[in-house]
Formats: sequence, structure tokens, C-alpha cells
Amino acid sequence: MSELRADLQKICEWIEPNTRVLDLGCGDGSLLAWLKENRGVSGYGVDIDDANVRACIENDVNIIQADLDAGLTDFDEGSFDYVVMSQALQALQFPDRTIAEMTRVGRQSIVTFPNFGLWMHRFHLMLKGRMPVSKALPAEWYDTKNIHLCTIKDFERFCQQRSIDIARRDIVDYAHKESVLMKTWPNLFGELALYQIRAK
Amino acid sequence: MNNNLQIPADSVGLVKPQSIRFEEPLVLACGKVLAEYDLVYETYGTLNAKADNAVLVCHALSADHHAAGYHSESDKKPGWWDICIGPGKAVDTDRFFVVSSSNIGHCSGSTGPRSINPDTGKAYGPDFPMVTVPDWVKCQKRLAEKLGIIQWAAVAGGSLGAMQAMQWAIDFPESIRHALIIASAPKLSAQNIAFNAVARQAIMSDPDFHGGRYYDFDVVPASGLKIARMLGHITYLSDDSMGDKFGRELKGEQLNYDYRVEFEVESYLRYQGEAFVNHFDANTYLLMTKALDYFDPASQEGGNLSAAFKKTSAKYFLASFTTDWRFSPERSREIVKALTRAKKDVSYLEFESNHGHDAFLAPISSYLDAFAAYMRHIKVSGE
Repeated sequence: MSELRADLQKICEWIEPNTRVLDLGCGDGSLLAWLKENRGVSGYGVDIDDANVRACIENDVNIIQADLDAGLTDFDEGSFDYVVMSQALQALQFPDRTIAEMTRVGRQSIVTFPNFGLWMHRFHLMLKGRMPVSKALPAEWYDTKNIHLCTIKDFERFCQQRSIDIARRDIVDYAHKESVLMKTWPNLFGELALYQIRAK
Repeated sequence: MNNNLQIPADSVGLVKPQSIRFEEPLVLACGKVLAEYDLVYETYGTLNAKADNAVLVCHALSADHHAAGYHSESDKKPGWWDICIGPGKAVDTDRFFVVSSSNIGHCSGSTGPRSINPDTGKAYGPDFPMVTVPDWVKCQKRLAEKLGIIQWAAVAGGSLGAMQAMQWAIDFPESIRHALIIASAPKLSAQNIAFNAVARQAIMSDPDFHGGRYYDFDVVPASGLKIARMLGHITYLSDDSMGDKFGRELKGEQLNYDYRVEFEVESYLRYQGEAFVNHFDANTYLLMTKALDYFDPASQEGGNLSAAFKKTSAKYFLASFTTDWRFSPERSREIVKALTRAKKDVSYLEFESNHGHDAFLAPISSYLDAFAAYMRHIKVSGE
């Protein structure tokens, strides 16, 4: 898994071989390319960005150019084993609707997002009095694509309210390492949250 | 003055159409039989030893077998898809052997209404049977066999040409590895059929039409065909592209307050219509619009397009263009939806363009680059 981005490696560990995967906000399609090559997985990437869809074609990955905010109406209920969305949740116009769509279309869904509850973000806001800018969230408040940031607590509360079952959770740092601090105080020390969810 | 054009380095160069006569009777979807027929075609590139590098290019309503290159050094324009076919282009003739034929019913050499009906010794005219997309695909299959091609590496086309690529995947699943479906639709909408109906009415109500037997009278229903083409042309362009090109520009200095050509767009449409009448046959236009109207591969599966694709084994590449309102992106997405439902390999790209339906013929770099990138992944032996 050397060439695969660290957070995608984690997702791959959660995906059973020979399954069907829909990868939302798939970027250059490297997750699907890896899964196809190593796990016999088939499926499609979905992305709106011209450069990304072009990269998917270059990488010989099935890509459907579409706007996630417009919903997944072109896909049937339960038509994929997994619907994956890696670090795109916070950039969506309607993240709640998209998650509902994911749990409709996928028997399982995997969502990852940067934890806004991280102590660094809290301190940034508290001490500097300015919107946090970090390695994971490098943009300024006015030009960030991340319009719907949430914390681990927010996400879990949301799942509870929407009757979404959390099957699995992993809280890691950006190198995808776990630590005792993260295990004990995930919402304070977790940098990246990975969830496997499904409709109850 | 020297008319000779410099043939560009990425052109297939000078090409010559060829013709094959087929004497095995062809049973058409309408129930009629063509006892024998000719197909005119061009080829570009070289068929490799295993014959696994052949690409079939299918033409749309008004184009023909001349897809790339030049017929003579005095040609002003190359073939209709020259931007996509040639050495180093999307359909790279250094790798692929490209075949492009004119469909039956057409007026550019393949048997059509202007050909002589062996039963009567006169031109078929209105007696030429209705032809459909599946009929054309059947003809192309026979042509492939004559050329020693068992399986196409790809079948590609835009608009009505793309419908043939779709039909190939459905009718001969073992004979096609990739289908490239550009600016197309799974079937015509009521509005699409309505436009075709008006075009046909324009032709058939021309006093020179003579029930389709105008060849006998040595006339052509020019004004009817011209109107049909003008109408069609409007549907090929977008409001934006017409606005950009003509706006409300006047032909003359000022408004004349009469019915002569006043706006540039009127002049352009008339020019397009007249140029068309000089090289296109009215009976063929009628046939082509009917072939479009009839196309509906889902109908054999009770309207379930996904079921129609179920047994196909090709991989699919679909592309649409934002301002195409004849076959809008939504129409391509209907095909994509059916394909994903049938669990087929498919990629779908939507390109920003103000060229309307004609965008599939336009040199839009993002489109050509993606097309080329897709084609590069098509494996051929000896590489």
C-alpha cells in the first residue's frame, strides 16, 4: 500500500474483497484503482472537478462526473456494498442529505473527516481569536472549501438523531497513527475521524 | 492563386473511399429485404496481425464515410471528425485501424434512395425501405467480417453515430470491447421527434417533392430541404453560441422594414441551408430522421434500458456538453444510470462548452484530451 494516501489505506482495510464500491469525491481515483488491483473490487468514482475526472480517466478508473450536492438519485437503494466519502463531507452544501443518500445507496458507508474539535483548533480560536488554519485546514475563512466542519461529537450526535448505526470508528492523526491520548480523548486529540455507518 | 492546402502533420493525409458490394440479402427491421447493396467506406491506419486494433467510427445524420483526411489537395475541409482521428489524436491512427462507412439509405455512395432499384431499373426514391440503427449495425458487422475484423477495439460516434455504438454493444456483445457514446440519448424525446416531423413536413410539402420521385422530374425539393436543414441547424447550436456568433448583428447598415434577410443569423441559416441542398438528398434526410425517431433499444426489454445492456460486455465512455439541448447531459445520464444499474464499466464526463449539440465536432481541448486518455487505455496487441 506504499503509494496510497494514508487515510485511504485505512479505508481499504475496512473493505472486503470482491465487493462493489461507490467512491464519492474520489479525486484522482487512486482508492478505486488500488481496490480494483488488489482486492478485486469494482465500482465507480464520483467527482465534479474537471481535473479529477480527467485524472480518473488517465488512471483507468470508472468515473461519473456529477455534483454530490445534487444527490445520488441515479443510484438504486442498496446497490453498492460500500459507499465511501473521504474528507469531502465538510465541503458539501448539504452534508446531511448526502449522508442520508449514502446510507440509502450503500449497505455500508465509510465517511472520513477532519475533526474540528482538535485541541489545536480550539486553542487557535481561543488564544488568537481567529479561525483555525492548520495543515489539514490550510485555507483562510473566506476561501475555504470546508463550509461544514464538525467535531467527532457533532457527527456522533448527528448519527444518533438520524438513526444511523455506527458500525466502526477509528480516530487517528494525520499520519494515521493511533495513540493513547486519542483513544482517551478522541474529540480533543483526534485529527482525522473514520466511521463505518449504515442505516438502522 | 494557389489553392493547394498544406496537409497538417497530424492528418491522415489523402484518403480514398472504397466500396464493397454485398450480395447476401439483408432483412431489415421494417420487414423488407434489400437483395443487394453497396457500402462505401474509408480506412485510416493499419490493421495489425491479430486484427485487434480496429475502431469503427459511426456517422450522424448528415455526415458520411469521410471522417478524416482529405480527398484531394484542393479540399477546403477535412473529414467530419478529423479533430479526433489521426496520428497522435484521440483515435490515434499510429495505433488503431479506423473504419468509417456510410450507412445504407445515405446519399454518398452506399446504397440509398438515389441508387437504382434492380426491380424497376429506376432510382428507389420513396420505395427505398425504412432503415434503422440496428439495420446499419448489421451492415457494419458484415463489413467488419469482410475486412477480417472479428472484434472492434472500439466503436465510437456522436449523436446518431453514438446510437450505433450503443446498438453494437447490445446486438454484438462479443464483437466490441469499448463503446464511446458522445452527445447522445437512449431514445428521442417527444420534442426531438417533433422537430424531425416538422423537417419532414417541410420537405414533403415542397411542390418539387413529387411524392419522393423528384429524380424523375429532374428537380429537387430544394426549399423544403433547405428549411429542414435550417431547422435542424438551430437545434445543433445553442442560444449562447448563436448569441456570440451573431447577436442581433444586421446584414446591412440599417433596418429595412421588409422581409429580405435583415439579421446576420438569417443570412447564416440560409447559407447553411443552401450549401446543404447542394450535396444532400431529401429522401435520405427523411430516412435519417426516421431512423432517429425509431431508435429505442430499451423497447425490446419493455422499456427497461438497463435490461437491454445486461448482456453487453463492452466498457463504456460517455460524454455530454453543457449547452447541448438537442441531447442534453440529462439524456446521457439516463444511459449512465442504466449502465451502472447493469453493473457495467462506465465513465461519464460532462464538458463545459457553448457549442450546443455540435460540440462533439468542436476542438474543445478538455474533451479531446479525455477522449484521448480513454483511448490510450484500450489494449491492442504488439505494444
